[in-house]
Amino acid sequence: MTGTILQIENVSRVFPGVRGGAPVRALEPTNLQVAQNDFITILGPSGCGKSTLLRIVAGLDRPSGGRVMLNGREIKGPGADRGMVFQSYTLFPWLTIAENIAYGLREKGMPKAERQEIVASYTEKVGLRGFENHYPKQLSGGMQQRTAIARALANDPDILLLDEPFGALDNQTRGLMQELLLGIWERERKTVLFVTHDIEEAIFLASRVIVMSARPGRIKADIPVDLPHPRHYRMKTTPEFSSLKAQLTEEIRVEAMQAEGVH
Amino acid sequence: MPRPLEPVSQGTRVTLGISFFVLFFAAWAFATLGGFVSRTFLADPITMVQDGWLLLTRFGFLNDIGVTVWRVVGGFVLAALVAVPLGIMMGAYKSCEAFLEPFVSFARYLPASAFVPLLILWAGIGEMQKLLVIFIGSVFQIILMVAVAVGNTRRDLVEAAYTLGSKDRGVVKRVLIPANAPEIAEILRLVLGWAWTYVIVAELIGSSSGIGHMIIDSQALLATGQMIFGIIVIGVIGLISDFLFKALNRSLFPWRLA
Repeated sequence: MTGTILQIENVSRVFPGVRGGAPVRALEPTNLQVAQNDFITILGPSGCGKSTLLRIVAGLDRPSGGRVMLNGREIKGPGADRGMVFQSYTLFPWLTIAENIAYGLREKGMPKAERQEIVASYTEKVGLRGFENHYPKQLSGGMQQRTAIARALANDPDILLLDEPFGALDNQTRGLMQELLLGIWERERKTVLFVTHDIEEAIFLASRVIVMSARPGRIKADIPVDLPHPRHYRMKTTPEFSSLKAQLTEEIRVEAMQAEGVH
Repeated sequence: MPRPLEPVSQGTRVTLGISFFVLFFAAWAFATLGGFVSRTFLADPITMVQDGWLLLTRFGFLNDIGVTVWRVVGGFVLAALVAVPLGIMMGAYKSCEAFLEPFVSFARYLPASAFVPLLILWAGIGEMQKLLVIFIGSVFQIILMVAVAVGNTRRDLVEAAYTLGSKDRGVVKRVLIPANAPEIAEILRLVLGWAWTYVIVAELIGSSSGIGHMIIDSQALLATGQMIFGIIVIGVIGLISDFLFKALNRSLFPWRLA
């Protein structure tokens, strides 16, 4: 068992009420420990606070209570030690693909020669050789998200945070992206926190699935996924996968019904 | 029948654009040469062209054009040098915006032309006064528009930069500025057009050169042909500068068109 890298301690988030309305409790006090090299997917219906939790870990949002510790240090704001991939396309449109991937390295003040080497290696890993000098607009959504993953990884963060990164992609592309991400993780063993509302995606990628309940969000179940690696897309049709899927579908269904006000 | 929002081909676009000019001149020629409008008030196109030729060849009108262009560009560049950094500061830092925005919004509505008498008192009737009119007319507009553009930068791009290790200054220099550079260039193009109005106003009063001065001189002589020629020259220069600005923006920001 490797050590804990990320510790979420009693983290809660309350959004102040709009125009004198009641404050919204987006996240109940939540505890979570993330071990080194774990691939954790956070699964929940929309509005369950899973993105809020991820944004707090990223330092883009402040918890109303509790704290997040990364390598024993409390997180106070965003930083290069936590790479983030967003659901929306957030490549810098004025930079080429290569310049986008190099962005974090440039901010660190890394010399150009060194930068180029890292950029080349990550362009290769996400399969974007030959597109280095394209602008993001010239690329498909899947290619843009691959670039975003490369951009986050090039910084060599301690943990990679992904907020429904494939949510806007079509089903086929999404499947390919999952395999690509999993392949990178199997080779490089990064610690990953991946937010999704897609059950299949959550199981396929994860070594551990965290299920969150509907608003106010809290952790409802913590399910280890012991499917063997390397995983292949055909695994999605195995009985083990299906039984996990059935179990999670039940868990999520109750929450989705609650969130929608159906009883 | 054209349908709403249906695009037209480049050829049709050019033809239609030119045909309005033709129509305009035809109507003008018909009204004046046909004797429907007194020549004292409105010269016909042919007289206008003849007067214009005379102005250019005999009365050194090219020099006036040069002086006017210099004033517009000079005043405008000064305004841009002050306003763009201020606008970026205001857009980026909300405290800076809270401090300056109310005053700039107020100052924006002060008509530059109303300052002409005051500026003559302060700066005489030399070049400084002309530049100041254009400066006052442009600077507040640019500040506000740039501040709004920068303030509307996509938040997710800023957040992405922070998670990639950017510090506050890095976000301003390497996200807010490049993200809004095309829009800032577009704002400058727009305000440059307005600067042309201010320069003529400045030249109508207490000036001994420039297109505006020629127009006011011609009024005394009832030389409507010359006046119209002067106005048309302004229009043509505006069109050219607009075109150059657009071409420059296209070559500076290829990523926008990519």
